[in-house]
Amino acid sequence: MTKKILIADDEQNIVISLEFLLSREGFQTVVAQDGEEALARARAERPDLVLLDVMMPKMNGFDVCQALRADPDLAGLRILMLTAKGRETEVSKGLGLGADAYMTKPFSTRELVEKVRALLGM
Amino acid sequence: MPAARTWWLAAAAACAFLLALVGATGALLVAGGEGGPDPALTREASIVAAAFITLAACALVFSAVRTLYFRYPRAALRMAEEVDTLVGNSRARIGEHAAPEFAALGRAVNKLATARQALEGDVAARIAEARASVEAERGRLAALMADLEQSVVVCNLDGRVLLYNQRARQELSSGSETGGAELLGLGRSIYTVFDRALIAHALERLQQAGGEHGGSAQFVTATRAGRLLRAHMSPVLAGEGGEGSAITGFVLILDDITATHERNARRDALIQSLTEGGRGPLGNIRAAAETLSDFGDMAPEQRERFLGVIRDEARALSQHLDRAAAAFSDDLRERWLLEEMLGAEFVAVAMHRIAGDSGLAVKSEQVDESLWLRIDSFGLLQALAFLAARLRDEYGEREVREVRLSLTRGGRLAQLDLAWTGTSMNNETAMIWQMDAMRTGNEASTLSVADVVQRCNGEIWFQRERVSHRAYFRILLPAADAPRPRPAGQPARRGSRPEFYDFDLFRGSAGNHALDERPLQELAYTVFDTETTGLSPSEGDEIIQIGATRIVNRRLLHHECLDQLVDPRRPLSKESIAVHGITPDLLVGQPTIDTVLPAFHAFCADTVLVAHNAAFDMRFLELKEARLGLRFDQPVLDTMLLSAVLHPNQESHRLEAIAERFGVSVIGRHTALGDAIVTAEVFLKMLPLLAEMGITTLREAREACEKTYHARLRY
Repeated sequence: MTKKILIADDEQNIVISLEFLLSREGFQTVVAQDGEEALARARAERPDLVLLDVMMPKMNGFDVCQALRADPDLAGLRILMLTAKGRETEVSKGLGLGADAYMTKPFSTRELVEKVRALLGM
Repeated sequence: MPAARTWWLAAAAACAFLLALVGATGALLVAGGEGGPDPALTREASIVAAAFITLAACALVFSAVRTLYFRYPRAALRMAEEVDTLVGNSRARIGEHAAPEFAALGRAVNKLATARQALEGDVAARIAEARASVEAERGRLAALMADLEQSVVVCNLDGRVLLYNQRARQELSSGSETGGAELLGLGRSIYTVFDRALIAHALERLQQAGGEHGGSAQFVTATRAGRLLRAHMSPVLAGEGGEGSAITGFVLILDDITATHERNARRDALIQSLTEGGRGPLGNIRAAAETLSDFGDMAPEQRERFLGVIRDEARALSQHLDRAAAAFSDDLRERWLLEEMLGAEFVAVAMHRIAGDSGLAVKSEQVDESLWLRIDSFGLLQALAFLAARLRDEYGEREVREVRLSLTRGGRLAQLDLAWTGTSMNNETAMIWQMDAMRTGNEASTLSVADVVQRCNGEIWFQRERVSHRAYFRILLPAADAPRPRPAGQPARRGSRPEFYDFDLFRGSAGNHALDERPLQELAYTVFDTETTGLSPSEGDEIIQIGATRIVNRRLLHHECLDQLVDPRRPLSKESIAVHGITPDLLVGQPTIDTVLPAFHAFCADTVLVAHNAAFDMRFLELKEARLGLRFDQPVLDTMLLSAVLHPNQESHRLEAIAERFGVSVIGRHTALGDAIVTAEVFLKMLPLLAEMGITTLREAREACEKTYHARLRY
């Protein structure tokens, strides 16, 4: 069964790559442009994994993460956070709020795919 | 001694012998007369002879005894008097004595006196020498302090300034419209310059540090003029004693770090924008480039999209670099000095603070004893206390009985938790608490919890664990390395004090007794005078000049004065110009009473006000109190009333008359500062006279004034 991945990032230029890359790797992708949309799409589409950027308009990645984890319907969802700041405190905050893994930009696309697979148990 | 006794014995023997002789002769004559041929005649003759012999014997005895008396008992008394004189005047000597014994005694006493005189001379010389060396030391210290780049202020534990240098005065006074005389001065409270809580916090850290980690504290604060100062605080210890000696005061060394700080902040921002700001665009480029190379089979239009991303982002990155190089970004966040602190120490202080502020029970759970933090401890303590207080306000002590603090290490991060079990709020409320400006007790801050955490380069969030009913605020902070031990050659471990603090600066440190019972001699006074547009404050007359000077420890501080013209915002009458000589053109561009009075208020903080005919001046001040939100509620003394107390029979108690009576020369009469100085000098002359009348405390002086007739005058 095809796994579904939600890409939540407001930067079109990374979304292009992520979308292309993941669909080529055989995943089904859904895109959200801001935090609120990410939350809505996660509830509507029930993805297996979210690629969640920290800096997003309307609702930042931390808040989205916390809201996702507070929703018992989304218990199995894996969350991989992406950050452009890369501060250690930020990474720890993401993990503290329930993210499964964290990647700092710029990252290698190959490593990203590996991490996604690992998180999905593939 | 044996010789003297022999003399006395010999004299007594001679007297006895003479008496025996006289007695025997008398008896013989009387017996012979009874049996003689002409008894009447013989009897008469024998009586005469006996009387003659008796008289002669008496004369002889008298003369002998008199001579002896002068030589011995009288000589002893005389010598006693001479010794008395000698005690008072070491140059006096014992005179000549006839008796050899006393002559010898006199010589011995004189020798003693000579030795004493020499000793006295020696002591005097030593004292002069010591005094000269102290003076030289003071001179050196003064020169050193004057030359110092830094400001130095020494205070006792009450925060009273005992010593300051010129630099400190300049730095701490700048930015004040009235020349800043009101801010720093001997005997003044340092709290007019620095936030009381800030100093108290630093002192607390000094006391807790106990010398183990350097025995000094640092903080950064802003002056009124908006400059940033880094303050280094070190303790002044009582006595020469060792580890246990108590802190009696503190030395503040202040550095203006505004410029360095701005530079550092700009550099930091630059670095941050280069590292963090570059990650996003680079990430996009890298992802696009890798996708391009990994999937060489993609359609041409797909390919063009990815190349477009790379071009786009590369251009954006170049622009970003250009902007960063220009470096003067507009929204530089002020970054404050972070200090290294032992985490466990911070938790201990925080527990104390939270318990004190919120009344909640506080426990520590897990505290990593080896963890050091780099934090703005003042702000972070405020943040924790604020959160705990909000928690108490929200749920009361019944629902949240205690809070727990824990501090653990996770790699290079420290994790500080403020946790509790029981009820807890939702995320929105928690977010509001983090974003609101902090207010604890009477301390208000413009910063929020989130600001403080950000300032420490940390992160904070709120979290609940549903199952355990446990909730916590978690603060992640960068851990710091333990500070290196201080290099050798640094001055003074705790307990020994550097030589040039050898003043007895701390003797005067009085507790906070009510001023009323304090001796007049010990109080600090602000002596002031005003010039006004007229004599009727209630009919709109206004102050046009305030002059004030200070008296501390019975010393008139000529260099700590306030002399300020005030724009009255109304015309001056001709009559008043004739009195004070201040013409309207002098008042153009002067500050109004709205800025001058707060400055004067600060200038006279914590002192007793003194003025001549104080009721008049006070009326002008009182009329402004409500509008400016000030209160001049300190005690007031009036030299006019005090003069009436001292000299009830004098006709005039005008300032000139009193000054003449006390021999104070009047210069610059009818300028506010001139009059204030005359008033101050008169007041100083009054103090000993009042003491003679038994008026020694502030209360006694006020009560005496209230009883005089003049006190009943009101404006």
